[in-house]
Amino acid sequence: MSAQEMHDSARRRVLQGAGAFVLITCLPARAADGDLPAIPAMTKFLAGRTPRRERIRLDLPRLADNGFAVPMRIAVAGPFAPGPFVRTIAIFSELNPVPDLAAFEFPLPLERIELDSRIRLAGTQQIVVIAELTNGNLLAAAAEVVVTLAGCMDGT
Amino acid sequence: MADARISVPSSVARGEAFEVRIQIRHPMETGYRTDDVGKSIPRNVIRTFTCKYNGETVFAARLSSGIAANPYLRFFVTARASGEMTFEWVDDAGTRGSDRAAVTVA
Repeated sequence: MSAQEMHDSARRRVLQGAGAFVLITCLPARAADGDLPAIPAMTKFLAGRTPRRERIRLDLPRLADNGFAVPMRIAVAGPFAPGPFVRTIAIFSELNPVPDLAAFEFPLPLERIELDSRIRLAGTQQIVVIAELTNGNLLAAAAEVVVTLAGCMDGT
Repeated sequence: MADARISVPSSVARGEAFEVRIQIRHPMETGYRTDDVGKSIPRNVIRTFTCKYNGETVFAARLSSGIAANPYLRFFVTARASGEMTFEWVDDAGTRGSDRAAVTVA
């Protein structure tokens, strides 16, 4: 192996290492498993109860070029019968001028909880979704979205 | 009112959950924007949305300015009996919109 080839392979290793480092630091570790962000509207909804970080999935793009319409999908893993069903799903925003983004009610037992919509985001922030079951149990998920162009013009 | 586009399957199996998709034509005006002369445009967003299935509420939503213009919703409903689904919504201006779709349960 010539000196030039050795130099090349060393350079490749450095580049691979740098690539892995960038990938790891860019993953939303905070959103995946850490504490939920402190959103007063969410704290009020929880009323002292602690949700479990399981069974519910919140799909949002990691990067949104445009905060005017960001596709969102919420899914709660079943099966539910004969146990408790999902009764309410609430969405909270860390940064929007209206933190109570939306709430959805399922008055009747439903085996498939999957909900899509498009939301506005006022900037880079975490979104939290909380599902309340008929037995009062709470499930939560959070996702961080980097927003390049904010979805509302209110000076925030 | 033809202000919404709705998609429900034409035929569904009893007891199964089926997909409902709806997009309502509405500006979802946040109240934070100003017009050409700098006058603030009043907020006007759809506040409530209800989906009834043979007269019974099966899905309800409380929306805010955080929902994008021309709100789109996709959700599931359990097939119980053939009949009609009705969709109703009310905005800040008090304007009521509604639409309907027929469902056949096999």
